[in-house]
Amino acid sequence: MTWLSITIAGILTYFTRMTMIALVRRDLLGEKIKAVLAYVPSAVFPAIIFPAIFINDYGAYIEINDPKIFGALVAIIVGYFSRNVIATIFSGLLSYWIIIFVFLS
Amino acid sequence: MLSKKELFSRGMFDIAPHMLSVIPFGIICGAIGIDLGFNPYLVYAMSIIIFGGASQIVFLQLLSGGASSLVAVTSVGVINSRHLLYGAVLSEYLEKLSLIKKLLISYVVVDQGFAESNKFFKKNKTEKYLHYHLLGTGITMWVCWQIATLSGIILGSFVPDELGLKFAIPLTFIAIVVQDLKKIDHVIVMFVCGISSLLFFEAPFKSYILISPVIALFVAALLLRLKK
Repeated sequence: MTWLSITIAGILTYFTRMTMIALVRRDLLGEKIKAVLAYVPSAVFPAIIFPAIFINDYGAYIEINDPKIFGALVAIIVGYFSRNVIATIFSGLLSYWIIIFVFLS
Repeated sequence: MLSKKELFSRGMFDIAPHMLSVIPFGIICGAIGIDLGFNPYLVYAMSIIIFGGASQIVFLQLLSGGASSLVAVTSVGVINSRHLLYGAVLSEYLEKLSLIKKLLISYVVVDQGFAESNKFFKKNKTEKYLHYHLLGTGITMWVCWQIATLSGIILGSFVPDELGLKFAIPLTFIAIVVQDLKKIDHVIVMFVCGISSLLFFEAPFKSYILISPVIALFVAALLLRLKK
């Protein structure tokens, strides 16, 4: 039963990946839609970023002084100026670790 | 004009920094499946059959929490529906490929790969073999994801919980969108999406991941209209 569910979930996921690439002709999308699609990264990724920062493992909002907020702010500033993915991720993690291991322990 | 091999390596190079978060996440993902009491073969098969980080964890958590298969499958479909948007964006660059190539390349479209290849495509529209960049990002992600989830399944979570490495996931996505903070319209769209995701977080089937982008794109359309 679980195997069947996984297979269906997999087929469904593959369809979400394939449909627009293989089955929809690009001409069907007008210039206006193409202009809106340029916003896709900005319109999708915050839905992954925000809950991962502001909501904890138990589904509750975190406190305003949570180290994750500080880590995210550091990552944003470092990322903005460095334009470097590794520097962004690492500065965020490092500042988060400094707070939880040095200040909160 | 870059060769196929050069484009493929460029894709690998562009996606490589994201492995800093993808690999720990994959290990955690595999280990969670075993912790929840699932058959190791089943947990690993998901990495091939579904190949979608967050949706794999949600699927197992829902099933182990007593949710019906229908609920679990629907949630995976809803979470992964964001690929429809990636496909719509990428289709412009892939339209010359044969149907069979389109069907094959679709399998490796993932968040970070889409983001990095899309950035590259925008700057290099005239390259003939652009899709090799997408193959480079996608296949690198695939291989690392397989190794990482497999390690998590076999070794358990050897990533200490206290390190809070799950926090690397939002950081990866911050790295992807951070340069767009220079543009006020993008900032508005990002905040609309982010705030919506918090407001709709409790909506059934994890549908906040679909609802928030739809609202944000609607706002983007309004902004485009205002700009004129």
